Amino acid sequence: MSRLIDVENLTLQFDTDEGRITAVDDVSFSLEAGEVMGLVGESGSGKSVTAKSLMKLNPRNAIYGPATNITLHLDDGPVDVMSLQTDHDMKIVRGGSISLIFQEPMASFAPAISIGDQMVEQLLIHTSFSPTQAKELSIEMLDRVGISDANTRFGQYAFELSGGMRQRAMIAMALSTKPRLLIADEPTTALDVTIQAQVIDLMKDIVSEFGMGIIFITHDLGVIAQTADTVAVMYLGRLVEHGSVRDVIRRPAHPYTRGLLAALPTLDDIDAPLTPIPGDIPSPLERPSGCVYNTRCQEVLGRRCAREVPTFSNVSADHTAACHLHDSESGSL
Amino acid sequence: MKPLITAQGLSVHYALRGGLIGPAPLVRAVENVTIEIAPGSFFGLVGESGSGKTTLGRAMLRAAPISKGNVLFDDGEVEYSLKNLGKKDLKDYRKRAQLIFQDPYAALSPRMTVRDIIAEPLEVMRLTKSRAETDERVREIAAKCRLNVEHLRRFPHAFSGGQRQRISIARALVSGPKFIVADESVAALDVSIQADVLNLLKAIQEEMGLTFLFISHDLSVVAHVCDHVAVMYLGRLVETAPTRALFSAPRHPYTQALLSAIPSLDPDDRGKAQKLEGEIPSPTNPPPGCKFQTRCPHAIDRCRVEEPILEAAGTQHNVACHKWQELSRRS
Repeated sequence: MSRLIDVENLTLQFDTDEGRITAVDDVSFSLEAGEVMGLVGESGSGKSVTAKSLMKLNPRNAIYGPATNITLHLDDGPVDVMSLQTDHDMKIVRGGSISLIFQEPMASFAPAISIGDQMVEQLLIHTSFSPTQAKELSIEMLDRVGISDANTRFGQYAFELSGGMRQRAMIAMALSTKPRLLIADEPTTALDVTIQAQVIDLMKDIVSEFGMGIIFITHDLGVIAQTADTVAVMYLGRLVEHGSVRDVIRRPAHPYTRGLLAALPTLDDIDAPLTPIPGDIPSPLERPSGCVYNTRCQEVLGRRCAREVPTFSNVSADHTAACHLHDSESGSL
Repeated sequence: MKPLITAQGLSVHYALRGGLIGPAPLVRAVENVTIEIAPGSFFGLVGESGSGKTTLGRAMLRAAPISKGNVLFDDGEVEYSLKNLGKKDLKDYRKRAQLIFQDPYAALSPRMTVRDIIAEPLEVMRLTKSRAETDERVREIAAKCRLNVEHLRRFPHAFSGGQRQRISIARALVSGPKFIVADESVAALDVSIQADVLNLLKAIQEEMGLTFLFISHDLSVVAHVCDHVAVMYLGRLVETAPTRALFSAPRHPYTQALLSAIPSLDPDDRGKAQKLEGEIPSPTNPPPGCKFQTRCPHAIDRCRVEEPILEAAGTQHNVACHKWQELSRRS
């Protein structure tokens, strides 16, 4: 596998009326081509903002930290995403090498333009296809994602399609430009389980066929277990754990990941009590000092957690967690 | 024990706006559903979008029209037949049966304080005699939902999703209901908050002796909180059973497919799920025979012409499938 993207020290703040909010705090990770990385966390953990930063798709009041470095490795050399300024340059990442699919496909399609016209439009912007070629490819893509009667669907509007169908059309549209990286932001959350299973299958087929990298944002650890190769867990803008899907789900190293798993209802033991993580996620205006999770952590190690920001240490090969429990220098504490 | 609430052959039909020719098409949102909910039960209702579970819940609150059949309510104090309920009785029923909504962001008025939101049902239904009594009642119910006096003075925007849902719960409980319909009440919440709200609902149910109809598309949640489950598909009840029986031995192919589609937490289970093809048909144009036949992997000719009726498959376990016996022998 070859490296697809390197994210180093990504920090992102927003200037708001109530003060400066840190949405993403010193996040670093890499993704290989063909890798599916699950990005997990509660609402407000900064997962969507992190993913959107990869294509600098953030509102005007966003301020990137000076140490932020995002490098996209394309066939014709690396691209420094942070240095892209004009709309023209931005096309390299937005809809070009990186595509984005959203949670709510009804809100992502323009209601008064047919599905087909929207697919063709983006192909004309990002590729050198003629309108006829663009139409042919679009219909082919609709067919590939399992939409029957693609010719008819091409001329239809978003409201004429069911939820599962719209999400398939969204995926077809996102893939038709052959992106190297697909960001899927809660793509199955609004769908029924049976349709979710179909969409997950489809996405797996796509990875094996196109060999692209996928960042799969979801709060559903079950979906992650079924789709991802690696998992990154975020809390309040910080990455707290990162590793292979088996390691993170079977041997969660960070207390937050353990808390998420304990709160999850599973069918293996329906009598097991559901254990919520105590307290609410703090407001981004009142970020705790030290470890951001220390106010809710059940394994807190005294004052150190409230003072010192934990750095990443290896729990095992390719499995790291940012928690003082795993500090190599602290030894047995 | 006498059921608290009973749906008897309940149907809810809506007429769509007609075309130029012919009669207006009819949406059979709920068709011939019979269920009994025992007092003190946490009754789960599951199914995909479009299965009619919300409509059934609303009909049991008299918030959807009852086209055929009836809903009977008997809490030991009053007996109501919801099909023909007078104005006065309906008002009294509103006090006894309440709804908790899905979206805690849309359900609360941003211009009212939490105190006013919770007090509104008391004031609208004139259940209290003085402002002091209202405040007393609001504080009492808020405390049960883990909201303090300080919270009552604020506006909803100051609260997180979980706190807002606790406000919605307090409002539903303030009139002292016996029967609560919780429609996807935890679907919009993060897992940790979801666990918290579910635990709260269970605790309140036991403490106040409430009966819940818990509508959800999430079978893992239903498995953990409900004692009895009914599965709906295209307006019909396809299976109903005590929770343990339903999850250990699902009889209907649709229930089996739903269970199998839940993503497992074990990464090595990949690809083991039994996949259901296609989507739920439109209720304006349902298929003949068994409504599930278009997606059922076991459908035979009989399923395409004759609609199966619910039959007993165990203690309190009913299933509507022509082939359930054959299928359960096979497994």
